Amino acid sequence: MNIAVLVKLVPDTEATIKIDADRRKIAAGEINFVLNPYDEFAVEEGLRQKEKAGGQVTVISLGGDEAAKALRNALAIGADEAIQVKSNGGLDMLGIAKALADAIRGRGFDLILAGKQAVDDDCGAVGAMVAEFLDIPHVSIVTKLDIEGDKLTATREIEGGVEVFEANLPALITAQKGLNEPRYASLKGIMASKKKVIEEVAATISTPKVEVITLTYPPQRPPGRIVGQGVDAVPELVRLLREEAKVL
Amino acid sequence: MNVLTYVESREGKVRGAGLEALTVARDLAGKLGGSLCAMIIGEGAAANAISLGKYGAGKVFVVEGDDFGGYSPEAYREAIVAAMKAADASVVVMSATSLGKDLAPVVAAKLDAAFLPDCTSLEFEGGKIVVKRPVYAGRCLITLSTGSFPAVISLRPKAFLAKEESATSPVVTALNVDTAGKIKSRFVEFRVESAGKLDVTEADVIVSGGRGLKGPENFYLVEDLAGALGGAVGASRAVVDAGWRPHGEQVGQTGKVVNPTLYIAAGISGAIQHIAGMRSSKVIVAINKDKDAPIFKMADYGIVGDALEVLPVLTKAVKALG
Repeated sequence: MNIAVLVKLVPDTEATIKIDADRRKIAAGEINFVLNPYDEFAVEEGLRQKEKAGGQVTVISLGGDEAAKALRNALAIGADEAIQVKSNGGLDMLGIAKALADAIRGRGFDLILAGKQAVDDDCGAVGAMVAEFLDIPHVSIVTKLDIEGDKLTATREIEGGVEVFEANLPALITAQKGLNEPRYASLKGIMASKKKVIEEVAATISTPKVEVITLTYPPQRPPGRIVGQGVDAVPELVRLLREEAKVL
Repeated sequence: MNVLTYVESREGKVRGAGLEALTVARDLAGKLGGSLCAMIIGEGAAANAISLGKYGAGKVFVVEGDDFGGYSPEAYREAIVAAMKAADASVVVMSATSLGKDLAPVVAAKLDAAFLPDCTSLEFEGGKIVVKRPVYAGRCLITLSTGSFPAVISLRPKAFLAKEESATSPVVTALNVDTAGKIKSRFVEFRVESAGKLDVTEADVIVSGGRGLKGPENFYLVEDLAGALGGAVGASRAVVDAGWRPHGEQVGQTGKVVNPTLYIAAGISGAIQHIAGMRSSKVIVAINKDKDAPIFKMADYGIVGDALEVLPVLTKAVKALG
């Protein structure tokens, strides 16, 4: 099976986010950047499907140096090949999806995997958009994937339950936590990944329809207040929730 | 410019998030000088159509049929594109539920439209739609604008209030949507995973438990309090990763981002990635043994104490309120 996995580099989920002086992006400063956590599930799923059916796993990332770093991370985990869709930014979400679809089209991938969302912009849109541009089926937020021949069955998480879908390959799946337990990069994998050549293709340029105006911090919460210690504080807590906060 | 709202329903019932979207779309249609149209897809669509008049929908398009019984991205995409045409709409507003998060990008790609997902505020200024949306799991807000139409907008559930206005009697039109050869991912079934339980993204009250609960066997204390408050059970990443709770309950950056009226964190220290998922809750209560736990900085009300001792007493006190 010829498998593609879309990956992205994002700030570590434990990072403290500071806004840059230009007020349009975050200050990269001391942040540790990692492979998007949901992409780890996607890479793992790609590797597992390859281990089952044979074939190869190609990881794809759009951007500059950060995209190359995401690709090295994914290669270290076990991906076979990597494609960097080179872009200096300036694309909106639709433009990013178009550029990725253009880079993917014609390469004969049977299965395309992506994380259900990147934990930086939290859009969760690229997977479904890429599938639409490629005119192939997709199932998003998937926690279980079975592939038999050219048919897949995917279980998708929704509020209060799950939906089950069937589709024929080629198809695109976005991974949710629970799909699998991602492996770590081995030392051997890390060494091997450094020697691999990343294929570079230019991103299709499109005029953004959506403009970033500014990035701000959310309103500060009032400073916390300790009601009391242990079970003795419960009556006062209940009174405050009822009379002051008016939520009981 | 006319505005179309896709009002989401499930199993024949209009969802709260759908009415929130309709309310926001009504304000937007007013500012755009256009009319407000609504559409409902699937089971019970026709039966629910008239009720949308209370929210100011002048026209309601109804799409029913076998292909629309369960969610299908392609069938629903075709329905929305057909309704936009019928409504002569330049903007479509929907909810960023699990369905809307899947559907909105598909529609945007199909229409080559400006895409504004998961918004928590929406204005119309100087000919442009200006929205705010949380990024980095709510640690920042980004303001985006577009003057490009068509535009596809999705709204974060519970970020807006649904408001009725003077009732109109909408014109209800059944739309025939041709799905022949278009459906690629076939809906098989919907399975309820947590019968009778509220999802954290839909709950007004959430009681979440963390490591301080000491073990999965003590989570009944969290469930009891959630039950007494009519709320949902949440969990920290630590306990989900430890296998104590299902990942559907995880609140935080790699779980669900929630904004209930009341959030009670029991035995949760308040790691950055957890705070990110619940900081927009209206009232936060923290119960933790460690008085220096970061969660207390976020909590409107804190009790320094063992969650295992405090929870049952709190549950009893809540029940006593009746």
